[in-house]
Amino acid sequence: MSETDTTFGDYGGQYVPEALMPAIEELTDAYERYVLGNEDGFMDEFRERIREFGGRPIPLQRADNLSERYDRDIYLKREDLLHGGAHKLNNALGQGLLAKYMGKERIIAETGAGQHGTATAMAAAHLDMPCEIYMGRRDVNRQRPNVFRMRLNGAELNPVDIGRGTLKEAISETMRDWATTVENTHYVIGSIVGPAPFPAMVRDFHRIISEETRRQAREQYGRLPDSVVACAGGGSNTMGIFADFVTDSPFSTAEDSNTAADADVSLFAVEAGGSSLDVDEKRGVAPNSASLSTGSEGVLHGARTKLLQDTDGQIMESHSVSSGLDYAGVGPELAKLVDDDRVTPVNVDDDAALEAFHRLSQEEGIIPALETAHALAFLETDAELGEFVVVNVSGRGDKDLQAALEETEQRDLPNAPSMGVFDE
Amino acid sequence: MSNPAIDAAFTDGPAFIPYLAAGDPDYDASLEYVEALARGGADVIELGLPFSEPIAEGSTIQGAIVRSLQSGMTVDRYFEFVTELDVDVPLVCMTYYNLIYQYGNEPGPEPFVEQAAATGIDGFVVPDLPAEEADPLREACDEHGLDLVFIVAPTTDDDRLDRLVSLSSGYLYVQARLGVTGAREDVSTQTTASLDRLAEYDIPKSVGFGIKAGEHARDIVAGGADGIIVGSALVDIIADGYESDAPVEETAAELESLCKELTAGALEGAQQH
Repeated sequence: MSETDTTFGDYGGQYVPEALMPAIEELTDAYERYVLGNEDGFMDEFRERIREFGGRPIPLQRADNLSERYDRDIYLKREDLLHGGAHKLNNALGQGLLAKYMGKERIIAETGAGQHGTATAMAAAHLDMPCEIYMGRRDVNRQRPNVFRMRLNGAELNPVDIGRGTLKEAISETMRDWATTVENTHYVIGSIVGPAPFPAMVRDFHRIISEETRRQAREQYGRLPDSVVACAGGGSNTMGIFADFVTDSPFSTAEDSNTAADADVSLFAVEAGGSSLDVDEKRGVAPNSASLSTGSEGVLHGARTKLLQDTDGQIMESHSVSSGLDYAGVGPELAKLVDDDRVTPVNVDDDAALEAFHRLSQEEGIIPALETAHALAFLETDAELGEFVVVNVSGRGDKDLQAALEETEQRDLPNAPSMGVFDE
Repeated sequence: MSNPAIDAAFTDGPAFIPYLAAGDPDYDASLEYVEALARGGADVIELGLPFSEPIAEGSTIQGAIVRSLQSGMTVDRYFEFVTELDVDVPLVCMTYYNLIYQYGNEPGPEPFVEQAAATGIDGFVVPDLPAEEADPLREACDEHGLDLVFIVAPTTDDDRLDRLVSLSSGYLYVQARLGVTGAREDVSTQTTASLDRLAEYDIPKSVGFGIKAGEHARDIVAGGADGIIVGSALVDIIADGYESDAPVEETAAELESLCKELTAGALEGAQQH
């Protein structure tokens, strides 16, 4: 077994079937050599490809109208401008390339909102590898544009009909595929979840968000921000932008870290409060996805982490207006950072997220993903954010147009635009 | 150390080890079905405690788990089920780690194992618990005299095999092929290779994943297995009975009949071995 620690304090680990363990060992070895050790110039190639194919570096943009509204300097890390329209490509391209270095012939992935599936399909086409994506049936129906994008990029899409048909079922089904095909296939997990080394490895491919943000903050504002705000489902965009601000983390590789300034940067992980934080234990339903705020420790999808579960340990059906946040677990590293009081978990409900979706669209000319809208909605609260705030705009909302308009129609939002059809 | 009831199951010819999910499709019918396995010649019964995210199961056993959970199966009901069950066969609880971990007031496996032992469970198979994470459960099982059975996969290399054998008690669960559970027409040639590799280890080897007929049981035992594990082929009978609204006795009789076929196949294989 490798020397890499598989845990984050009490969280993490490798709770997977024996059939997968040899592949996990092989992956751990590849992660250490190629990602951590830059063997054969792997990380150099990754950085070159994410620059040329992905379009990095990504701007840190001052949002003038939001800044006026909140009377603070609001800066947006525009991951929505990364190729594909979300931060997801950092990880999908990184793992796809790693699979290639490992000699794997095929990649598979789960997807919730379809952003990770899309990013993986694009990376697979770019790297010339066959690719299959698993997506819950419910998500297939509410994220149609991404379904077409995956197919256009040549990926095979497998709808998952089990359970409620969301991210949780898609992950389980992808693990089943992997248990069958593990000898020639790499599973590109889409978030900082799953068995070690996935949570650390996925964070390391997204760390580039944090690196750029720190550099840009210093160049454009002369210092690090007072607060960084990111939405959290599984937590990949969250850890991506938090990574190098966590100076007390042994995992930080920022050359200029461990400065007092970093410890002063408040980190807010905004979860989906859904329609309510209450749970219906009898029906096994949590009408939210707030596992950091309300969950308890347990084992799901290969890792010990914070989960939405009933007293027996059965996993609850989560809910969010946003497919990408609709998950009953969260990355083990985030769970640890919350226990350590380094990251503050907060949540906003479906209504507030939809309002924020319209607000950014109307006031800044940026249609955000519904996931991102949760982070933006948090700006409305009276939390102590300080005068310089960075929000990670984890993705753009083109994929959400249909869902956002349907959800808007069901509500009485103060800032809903007129969307009547011109058929008279 | 290992559990004497499970050891005894391997002393007199090949062991037939059927699996059913407790509570599939409902509590009362499931009691009848599990008792039918014993009448059909079960030497050990793997009794599934359904978990909502069964990542190692194929669609057949996923179906059993959904039916059981929807008809109200909980951990407490499972223990009631075990208590009420009228079979004279050792029981192995097959479930996922989170249910074991959550039981009782403190997270950790000990309270669950203590309760299982008090209820009459003799051992565990936990598909999402590799050797890396197994120490706490292994210790709790030792403390209460229960077996912990590990799964050996076709991908398991020799180093891992040594480690699994040293951690395993009762028997080794030899996974016949890669993939998830489910009945298959063919029995993989990987099985024979796995059994050859395991021959030197002094622990009973039971083969599962895909066995559905007497001839499979015969061939696998002839190939050196000490036991055969059959799940999906039996669950299929329950699913068919449930779909067609068949009387419980009819489904129970079909289960018993397939068990007898499998037992006979295993015995035939033992004579060939």
